[in-house]
Amino acid sequence: MNDMLFYDRLQFAFTITFHYIFPQLTMGLSLLIVYFKWKFLKTDIEKYNNAAKFFMKIFAINFTMGVVTGIPMEFQFGTNWAKFSELTGGIIGQTLAMEGVLAFFLESSFLALFIFGEKLMGQKLHFLTGFLVFLGSWLSGWFILATNAWMQHPVGYEILENGKFVLHNFLAIFNNPWLIPAYLHNQSASLVTSSFVVASIGAFYILRNKNLEYGKLFLKTGIIFGLIAALLVAFPTGDWNAKNVVKYQPASFAAMEGVFKTEQGGAEIVLIGQPNMVAKKLDNKIAVPDVLSFLTYKDWNKQIKGMDQFKKEDLPDNIPALYYAYHIMVGLGTIFIAIMFLAVFFLWRKKLFTLKPLLWVIMFLVPFPYIANLTGWYVAELGRQPYLVYGLLRTSVGMSPTVSSGNTLFTLLGFVGLYMVLGLLFLVLVGKTIHQGPTSKKL
Amino acid sequence: MEIYWYLIIAVVLAIFFVLDGYDFGVGIIHLFFAKKEKDKLVIAKAAGLFWDSNEVWLVAGGGMLFMAFPTLYASAFSGFYLPLIMILWLIIFRAIGLEFRSQFNYNIWTIFWDKAFGVSSLLLALFFGVALGNVVRGVNLGGVENGISAFEPHFFFLPLWDSSFSPLTIHPGVLDWFTIVIGLISVVTLAIHGATWIILKTNSSINNKLKSVIFKLTIVLLILTIFSLSIWQIIRPNSFANFIDKPYLILFPIIYFVGLFGLFFIKKLKKDIYAFTFSTLVILGGITSSLASLFPVILPSTNNINKSLTIYNTAASNYGLSVAVGWGTIGLILLVVYFIVQKRILTGKIDDMDYGNH
Ligand code: HDD
Ligand code: HEM
Ligand code: HEM
Repeated sequence: MNDMLFYDRLQFAFTITFHYIFPQLTMGLSLLIVYFKWKFLKTDIEKYNNAAKFFMKIFAINFTMGVVTGIPMEFQFGTNWAKFSELTGGIIGQTLAMEGVLAFFLESSFLALFIFGEKLMGQKLHFLTGFLVFLGSWLSGWFILATNAWMQHPVGYEILENGKFVLHNFLAIFNNPWLIPAYLHNQSASLVTSSFVVASIGAFYILRNKNLEYGKLFLKTGIIFGLIAALLVAFPTGDWNAKNVVKYQPASFAAMEGVFKTEQGGAEIVLIGQPNMVAKKLDNKIAVPDVLSFLTYKDWNKQIKGMDQFKKEDLPDNIPALYYAYHIMVGLGTIFIAIMFLAVFFLWRKKLFTLKPLLWVIMFLVPFPYIANLTGWYVAELGRQPYLVYGLLRTSVGMSPTVSSGNTLFTLLGFVGLYMVLGLLFLVLVGKTIHQGPTSKKL
Repeated sequence: MEIYWYLIIAVVLAIFFVLDGYDFGVGIIHLFFAKKEKDKLVIAKAAGLFWDSNEVWLVAGGGMLFMAFPTLYASAFSGFYLPLIMILWLIIFRAIGLEFRSQFNYNIWTIFWDKAFGVSSLLLALFFGVALGNVVRGVNLGGVENGISAFEPHFFFLPLWDSSFSPLTIHPGVLDWFTIVIGLISVVTLAIHGATWIILKTNSSINNKLKSVIFKLTIVLLILTIFSLSIWQIIRPNSFANFIDKPYLILFPIIYFVGLFGLFFIKKLKKDIYAFTFSTLVILGGITSSLASLFPVILPSTNNINKSLTIYNTAASNYGLSVAVGWGTIGLILLVVYFIVQKRILTGKIDDMDYGNH
């Protein structure tokens, strides 16, 4: 791979990874805020209202970060992927513009109203503004995922003689068989992140013996939503996505699962193992026979295509990373279900609030849903390689023809430095909000 | 269809410049004129409250530009690579400064972030002007050298500057004496705009002083405008042809000059809102006049081998543009709601309300 392409990809990967830290929390959190506000409307207990307002503060900080890191994403389509933008802009421009014009306006206007307008408009309307913020952020995700789904599995297009993709059927973009499973999976995963964050703040308050009433509320709500979301992520949505990958991107499926050779009969599922790219096999593996065939096709003996069935230039170019990312995501998903299940069990037995070891675990669980979400995206994006638009447009064709590798390296380093400061600011602001606690009136 | 989207995008981006423009202007004023700690705080608040909501217009405008004119988006964004990324950095850095300033309360910290906020606002104002200057001047599309294109005819790449700093060479850089003049116009305009905003939104003790500052800056602006118009003639000899063909376009320069002359009466104006309106007119008039003089070209070519980019040769398919009108209408409604919401929250002087820091 030449330098120019490498730096373009690295910069995109770095900036999108940083960007995606924020929306995954906002999307899930907005749902929990709506829940708290709804509870308040039903019960009229002030605690729920304060909880809603407290998390809206954290939401607002996250949202701001999402906006400042999102603008570079949009710009980079033009700056670093100019050829790609030129050729496919008639299609992905639609969904990206819809996101900016429809979803973003909705979210921002009602966020301002929610934060500043409670006294002005009464509780029912206040609930409604919270709901519209939720709607806006989920719409945002919908349009972005529609964009991504189109790149994974292009539909509704026509290719002109000059290579340009033009829109042929607008509705097809939203009817894309890739989109709905990916969207549901992604949204459940973002609900995992936010429930874990809520539960973790709860565990923190309980362990510190501070804001106890809220600590219990957050922990309880967090683990119940966390369990539901963790289950949804694995089944049906994760499974459903995997079936799509087999169907539409068989080469990436083989790489994700580490199937180097096509075997006669059923394929084994690998739990642990290290891809060895020289010998084209997995080292030190622990595997269960035939299960992969069953999970994919509900048939223990059905054959799974291995990587040997594809031409080298059609295989993803970073197979180990793809393989590890996939196994980290799935592994964490399993662990999440186990931990949340335990937590809910002890909640039911009324032991959770005094069970210190589990509270510590829940408190420190926070980084892991982020890791699972990011590795999940790495699976999607590395698996799409070597194409930008699967099967149709190679990644090497899409970059900007006039921007040199030195320039991209320079801007990449700039982003790294700037984002470090930004990340620090984020931690300070969120830390301060958590420290002030849910009863603080400060904004 | 192309014209329709061109107009919408122009309006959205112009709104962005008016809204984020006062923010940058406030930063400039903050840098040069706010001496007392109390004034600084009030001024920073006048900017800090809404910077993120103003960015909405940039996101919307950028998205629509991508959708409607993908070839232009690809060409201009990769060609202006360095300045654009720097603008992004400045936007982010400036936001960091605003938010960080009030987090810790000792003086080196606040002084540093104050300066950072001021300087990045100043540079942003300059860069936006320079960008407009580049669009008006045009670029070497296709990277032509000795009559041969180095790239496809609609791509180019600009260095930050060329050693001659002249707009007339075949390889002008981003910065040359013409674009710098436009950049200065932008700085002065936005400083005025920021000052009228501060006067409108706060009761700070420097409001009276700011009025005389605005008066002086307006004189500078008038001189710079006349100067730039004359060099404009050197660079694009028939740049006023559009105004002769379609006389109604003269409206835009008129808007500009109405705003400009209005500002001379700054000390006599009865209501603070008038001053802000005049400075808004200057910005709107300036942007629209520049665009009108180019139309239908959006990015002129400085060589005579490759054609300039126009709204017609960079647009998406007609089908795409028409479906977008459908959802765009819903967007338009949301946009109006958004505007009203903002206004309701915005009215009144900031320091009379108890908005905290966020
Ligand atoms: C909390 C995060 C999280 C967890 C625990 C899981 N996932 Fe996931 N996964 C994501 C977060 C995620 C994601 C970040 O949301 C992705 C990236 C693209 C997308 O739509 O969702 C994703 C994509 C994704 C894909 C699509 C890859 C592609 O597009 O090529 C598959 C096949 C799975 N997941 C399968 C699973 C399975 C079987 C899991 C079993 C437990 C699982 N995921 C847990
Ligand atoms: C949904 C919207 C997304 C779109 C439209 C998108 C698009 C792109 C594009 C254009 C590239 C550069 C070309 C390439 O290397 O293939 C890329 C690469 C990449 N993206 Fe995404 N992306 C999206 C979401 C994400 C998210 C949320 C993440 C993870 C956090 C992610 C992770 C990556 C990574 C790691 C790469 C580099 C892959 C490589 O170079 O092999 N993407 N994506
Ligand atoms: C390359 C891909 C991406 C681009 C170009 C992009 C662009 C942007 C932009 C410009 C913003 C600022 C405000 C806005 O328009 O909402 C933003 C924020 C946001 N993005 Fe992304 N984004 C990308 C990836 C993603 C992904 C993968 C998701 C999640 C599925 C996502 C979800 C959001 C959400 C929910 C917001 C609202 C702000 C927030 O909640 O933090 N984005 N994005």
